[in-house]
Formats: sequence, C-alpha cells, structure tokens
Amino acid sequence: MNLFGDPAIWLPFTFAALMGVSILVYVVLDGFDLGVGVLFPFATDDEKDMMVASIGPFWDANETWLVLAIGLLLVAFPTAHGTILTALYLPVAIMLIGLILRGVAFEFRVKAPTPHKATWNWLFFAGSLMTSLAQGFMLGKYVMGLESTWGTWAFASITAVFLTVAYSMIGACWLILKTETQLQAKAVTWAKGGIWGLVLGLGAVSLATPLVSPRIFDKWFTMPEIFYLAPLPILSAVMVLFLWRSLQRLPNPTDAGARAPFSYAIALYILAFGGLAYSFYPYVVPEQLTIYEAASAPESLMIILVGAIFVIPMIGGYTALAYWVFKGKAAELRYD
Amino acid sequence: MDTLMLSRIQFGANISFHILFPTITIALGWVLLFFKLRYNATGNVRWMEAYRFWVKVFALSFAMGVVSGITMSFQFGTNWPGFMETVGNIAGPLLAYEVMTAFFLEAVFLGIMLFGFSRVPGWLHTLATFLVAFGTSMSAFWIIVLNSWMHTPQGFEMREGVAFATNWFEIIFNPSMPYRFTHMMLASGLTVAFLLAGLSAFRWLLGDRSNGVRVTLKTGVYMGALLIPVQIFMGDMHGLNTLEYQPQKVAAMEGNWETQSNVPLLLFAIPDEEARENRMEVGIPNMASIILKHKADGVVPGLNDFVAEDGTVMHPPVAPVFWSFRIMVGTGFAMLFLSWAAAFLMLRKKRGPEGIPTFMYYAMVPMAFSGWVATLAGWYTTEIGRQPWLVQGVLTTEMAVADVPAPFVGTTLAAYLSIYALLLAAYVGVLFFLARKGVDGDVPRPRTPLSGQAIAREIPAE
Ligand code: HDD
Ligand code: HEM
Ligand code: HEM
Repeated sequence: MNLFGDPAIWLPFTFAALMGVSILVYVVLDGFDLGVGVLFPFATDDEKDMMVASIGPFWDANETWLVLAIGLLLVAFPTAHGTILTALYLPVAIMLIGLILRGVAFEFRVKAPTPHKATWNWLFFAGSLMTSLAQGFMLGKYVMGLESTWGTWAFASITAVFLTVAYSMIGACWLILKTETQLQAKAVTWAKGGIWGLVLGLGAVSLATPLVSPRIFDKWFTMPEIFYLAPLPILSAVMVLFLWRSLQRLPNPTDAGARAPFSYAIALYILAFGGLAYSFYPYVVPEQLTIYEAASAPESLMIILVGAIFVIPMIGGYTALAYWVFKGKAAELRYD
Repeated sequence: MDTLMLSRIQFGANISFHILFPTITIALGWVLLFFKLRYNATGNVRWMEAYRFWVKVFALSFAMGVVSGITMSFQFGTNWPGFMETVGNIAGPLLAYEVMTAFFLEAVFLGIMLFGFSRVPGWLHTLATFLVAFGTSMSAFWIIVLNSWMHTPQGFEMREGVAFATNWFEIIFNPSMPYRFTHMMLASGLTVAFLLAGLSAFRWLLGDRSNGVRVTLKTGVYMGALLIPVQIFMGDMHGLNTLEYQPQKVAAMEGNWETQSNVPLLLFAIPDEEARENRMEVGIPNMASIILKHKADGVVPGLNDFVAEDGTVMHPPVAPVFWSFRIMVGTGFAMLFLSWAAAFLMLRKKRGPEGIPTFMYYAMVPMAFSGWVATLAGWYTTEIGRQPWLVQGVLTTEMAVADVPAPFVGTTLAAYLSIYALLLAAYVGVLFFLARKGVDGDVPRPRTPLSGQAIAREIPAE
C-alpha cells in the first residue's frame, strides 16, 4: 500500500481534492439551474415553461453533486462534518426546505390542475431563492471561520445576496445558450445585470478572507507566495472583461458566440473557487481542524477510492451522454 | 421537550416521509420496464398507454423521493454527529457507494427516460428505463445494508470508542440483511401493485373501460396476489432471524413480559410499562410459541430479562412496537384477501375486470395506499424495536445526538412537518387528478382557449 508514500498524508489530500471538485461542479451545475429559478419573476408565463424546459432533464443530476460533496465530507472527514453542519444548522435547514419546494415544483407545476400552476411557479422561485441565499450565507459563515457574532452574520448576509446574483448570472448565461429570440434577448440583459454581483462578491470575499485570518493574510501577501496567488485576480479580471464583451455581441442573427458567456462564467467560478481552496488548505474547519486531523481511517478511505476510480469516469461519461442527447436549443418537454 | 426527543421525532418524520416515495419508485421502475418491453414485443398501444400514464406517477414520486432524500443525507451531520464519529468508518463507505453506484445512475438516466423518447433510439430509451430501475434497487440495497448492519453489526472492531472495519464481506452480508432487503423489495412491489390496482379501480368506477386501464388493473391485482404470500412467508423468516439476534424486539412485538413456554399470540392487548403487564389481553393460546419455536411448549424470551440489576430498562418501548407490528400484519392479511378474491373472480370463466363486483372496486381505492401503511408500520416495528440502541450494542441514540439548542430543532421540525403535510396532500390529490384526467382520454381540456396556440401548448408542458 505504500505506493505513494504515507497513505495518512495522500489519502486525506485526495479526498479533499475530490470533495473540492464535487463542490465546484455542484456550484456550476446547480448554480445555473438555481439561477434560472431565481430569474423566474422576470419572465412571462410562456418563457417560464421554456426556462424550465432548458433545465428539466438536468436538475436532478446536478443536485446529486451536492449529495456527493456532503457524502464525501461525511465519509472522509466525519468530525469536521459534524462541526460544520451543527454550526450551520439553521441555514442548512432553510436550504433543504428550499430544495424540497423547488424540486417538487418541477413536477407539480405541470401535473397539478392548471389553476394551481401559478402557485407552483411561485414556489419554484421561492425555493430557488431560499436555496441560493442559504448557500451564500453558509459561504459567508464559513469564510468567517463559522463564528457567530453580529459581524459574521452581517457579512454572511452580504455573501448570501452576492451568491444569489452570481447564480442568476450563470443561469442567464445558460439561458443565452439554450434559448432563442425574445427570451434569449432578455437573458442577455439579465446576465449583464448580474455581473456586478459577481464582481462585488468576489471582491468582498477576497477582502474579508485575509482580514479574518492572519494565516491566510501571510499566505497572500508575503514573498514569494504572492506570486502563486497573483494569477488568480488577474485572470479573473480578464474573464470579466471577456464576459462583458461577449454579452455585447449578443443576441445576433447567427447566434454566433452564444456559448461564450456560459464558458466565461464557468471559468470565473473555477477561479473564485481556486482562490478559496488555496486560502483554506489544509483546513477543513477554518483555523480549527486540518484535513489530516479530521480524516477517517485509511482503510475505509481506500475502499471508497477504489470504487471512485472506476465509477467517477463512468459518471462523467453518462453525464456527457445526457448533455449530448439534450444538446442544442431547449425544446418543450414532453414524455413522448 | 429536549433536543434528543425533538431530534428523534424529526428524524422519524423525515425518514417516514422519504420512504414513502422510494417504496413506490423502486418497484414502479421495474413495472415501467415491463410495460415498455411488452410494448416493444407486441406493438400493442395499450402498453404504451399504461406506460405514459404511470411514467407521470413515477416522475412525481421520484422528485418527492429525491428532495426528501437530500434532507436525509444532511440529517446525520445536523442532528446525529455522534453517529458518523463513532461508526463513520463503516457507514461512510456504504453511503458513498450508494451515491456513486445508484444516485448518479438514476438521476442522469431519468432525464433520458422521461424526456428522451423521441430523441434517442428505442433501445437506448429502454436501456435508460432499465438503468433507472436498476439504480433505485441499488439505492435500496446499499441503504438496507447499512440499516441492517445497525441492527446486527459484525465485521468490525472498536478502538478507542471508534468502529474500524475488519471484514467488509461480513459487514455487507450481515445476518439480517438478506431478510430485510427481500422484505423491503417485496414491500415495494406490493405497494406498487395496490397503487396500480387502486388508481385503476378509481378510473374504472368513473366509467373508464379503456385497454390501458384493464391492463394496469390486471397487472396490479395479479402482482399483488403473487407477491403477498411470499411476503408473509418472508416476514415470518425475518421474525425468526430477529428472534435470534434481537430477542428483546420480538418480546416487545409479542407483548411477552416473562420468558416462558406456551405463549399465546395476542390479537389485542394494552401493554402497560409501569405495571409491566398487559391489560385486556385477547389471544390465541400457544400460537406465538408455535410460530416462533414451532412447538406449543416452545420457550419465548420475555421483556423482564432485559432490565438491568439497577432497574435500567434495556428493551424498547413496548406499546408502539406491539401495535405497529399488528398494523403491518393486519394490512398484509387484508392485502391477501383482497388480491386473491379479485384475482379469483377475474380468472373465473375468464371474465376479466368485469368479473369483479363494484363493492370490491370501492375497497380497492383506499387500499391503493395500504402499502404505505404496512411499510411504515414495519419500519416503526424495526426501528423503535432497536431502541435504546442506535447501533445495536455499540452506540445508543442518546450518545449520538447533536448539542443543537432545542428551540432550533423545534423550529425546523415544525417547518418540516407543515411542508410534508402540504406536499402529501398535493401528491395524493394530483394522483387522483391525473387518474381523472386519464379517464377523459388524456386530452386536456383547455380552460379558456384564447387561441389555437394556447391549446397546443398545454400538452407539451408536461
Ligand atoms: C407492504 C409492506 C409489508 C407487509 C405486507 C408486511 N411487511 Fe413486514 N416489514 C415491512 C413491510 C411489510 C418493511 C417496511 O419492509 C420492514 C421494515 C424493516 C424491514 O426489514 O422490513 C418490515 C419489518 C418486519 C419485521 C421486523 C424485522 C426486524 O427488523 O427485526 C417483521 C418480523 C416482519 N416485517 C414480519 C412481517 C409479517 C409476519 C408479515 C405478514 C403479513 C409482514 N411483515 C407483512
Ligand atoms: C425507511 C424507512 C425507515 C423508517 C420509516 C424509519 C423510522 C425510524 C423511526 C420511527 C426512528 C425513531 C425510533 C425511536 O426513536 O423510537 C428511527 C430511528 C433511526 N433510524 Fe430509521 N427508519 C427507516 C430507515 C432507516 C435507515 C435506512 C437508516 C440508516 C441508514 C435509519 C437510521 C436511523 C437512525 C440513525 C435513527 C436514530 C434516530 C432515532 O433514534 O430517532 N433508518 N427510524
Ligand atoms: C437514512 C437513510 C437515507 C438517506 C440518507 C437517504 C438519502 C437519499 C438521497 C440523498 C436521495 C436522493 C438521490 C438523488 O439525488 O437522486 C435518495 C433517494 C432515494 N432513496 Fe434514500 N435515503 C435514506 C433511506 C432510504 C431507504 C430506507 C430507502 C429504501 C429502502 C431509500 C431508497 C431510495 C431510493 C430508491 C431513492 C431514489 C429516488 C427515489 O426513488 O425517490 N432511501 N435517498
């Protein structure tokens, strides 16, 4: 078993990486479908059907990444899992209730008697909003080291808003990619409107992180570490610029570049996430518990890893198949 | 109430809500595959009609199962951190395998199964249907492995208060797993059988005589009639296995206080834990001894054996276990009578659905949800019967609970309960609404057809 040296070192690292990747995949994928939900009130009834059609075949699998991420936290870092989730008890409950409401609304809005559709549409929006806000709130609390004071509460409320705007931004980019005509034109406006949220959100978290923790401050602003980090803000700024320019060119008659905004949005998410991961490593509970202290028994992790090596590529494969089957502009959803 | 009690009620409420929907989707997935394969083989549209109707029920149930399942996976961390800290090395990999081998499979192929009919080749659609059914069964397998291990743990050792796996084969194939898994899969089959029969009976009573209704009615009745004897037999085996590993649970199920021979099978009693005896007993003499020990003077363990010297009670609360067990078994026998009578009448003179008298159709409609009743009652027997342990002999429920302030748990519990009540009402309402709509030939009547377009859009919106 000593293939890569001490398994008590590389296994926790591998699992932290796997967990990081699933969180990242989750915020991108469920980010766009939550975002579409948040944008619901701005659309007409027909547009709402089309918006749901664009995410209908995907949302369930998107959410499964959250289950995987929380599952990995649970299996690989059991002690951290308890600490983090009990500290975030109420926002987690709000998120779960939001997820319940929006998840069932997908089905009820078309299966319940037509007069109820408006209510389910509203619940779909409310659920998406609750989920996004709760996730943003948790992000803020986490960055603040899971402390409970008025200050951290205020900061978390701000991140809650920014993450929601960021989700609706990537949701709008998804709609640009998947829809046509009037709805697409609207989505372009929404995306433009959302960029500020992304920029401010990135800025707020970047400012707060080093201020909360002297350790992270050192990691950012000492030589030569500063050079490792420097590419992140620079690249992010470039991406925001690209995103803005690509939105200026849309919509257009040939639909050229409709994919671009979504791609730039993903790139931004990756950069932001990379920054967070870089800052917090090796801690899983900020400033309290490192991944090495929190990890479960190497034997148990090994069992999971063996499975993961086979299964994760397969998951990738059939996820790709699903996106390929439903490629192109969204069409109305039907069972036949 | 304290945090422990509130957390228990919350966990019980969440898992009870969750299990309702997997119970439907596990077997309904296979039934849909059956419809699809019959259609592929015969080309007869009635199978496609059946598929089209029931796939809607499936989609709705699946969504309910997924969202309540996500709640479940957070519960361990938010309310029972002690569980993962103590047995995480065993529970973790089992849960991880469930996510990796089951959840993604079903979630991804569900999209293709529901919306891909005209986008992918026929074989791929059939394959997607198969993979979704397979995925739901895999979910059930892994979670039942974990749950069974919590009842009959083996294949591990304790080091400094933490469980470490020593033998994964023993963990997965722990003594109660084969019984519990089979019993659960059959429970799912029965739930779906009676749901098929019940909703079809409802449509029949509304005057629908289409081929689609006939075919689902027959499938439901025959499926129920075939599965229920197997279930009763498996239930008996399950009980014998429990007698070996968790005698205190069986003692509670039987309401038997003293270890003794010639124990009667109690049909009715009010167990009184203060006085440690039953009031108002009505029973069949010697029957419990015969069922459990196969002889009239067989010795059956009693609850008083599970009270420590200092008076600490180490057996489960008696009345809930006693009564949930009776509800389950009673429902099982009701299923037996109804499905056999209906099957017999359909087969007699080959009269088909016309052979069933109207009053039996009326009985079938409420029995549509009998599977839910029996399943919940069965789980309450099992789980309450394990108390005060969370993992039998390893970890008590009290040790696992989080120190979240009680008002927090109270608030979330109230929120969950009200949402569950609303969703349950909406779910049952929509099932009957769909059935009624099915009677009108699945062509929705637009309320106010403003333009040709409005009509055209209503169908695809599903
Ligand atoms: C349609 C559902 C259904 C029906 C008709 C029955 N059961 Fe059941 N029963 C379940 C659904 C179920 C279940 C929900 O699946 C449980 C809960 C845990 C488990 O393993 O299965 C269960 C548990 C369970 C247990 C507890 C085992 C344990 O955990 O120790 C016993 C002894 C029985 N059953 C026995 C029976 C008998 C003798 C039945 C005869 C009529 C019966 N069941 C009908
Ligand atoms: C799906 C059907 C199930 C139902 C209806 C059910 C029901 C219940 C109930 C009523 C309790 C409370 C017992 C009491 O406190 O008196 C309980 C406890 C518990 N069950 Fe289950 N259970 C189910 C399956 C499972 C599974 C599959 C697992 C694990 C993977 C599980 C894990 C637990 C845990 C951790 C507790 C502890 C909390 C507590 O004691 O209240 N259950 N369950
Ligand atoms: C503590 C126990 C449980 C946890 C943590 C849990 C967790 C979950 C989660 C997270 C999902 C959603 C998966 C997705 O995103 O697609 C889910 C769905 C599912 N669960 Fe559970 N579950 C539990 C108990 C059970 C039990 C007892 C059964 C059945 C015997 C079961 C069977 C299923 C099935 C078949 C699905 C597929 C979706 C559906 O049909 O609704 N689960 N569960």
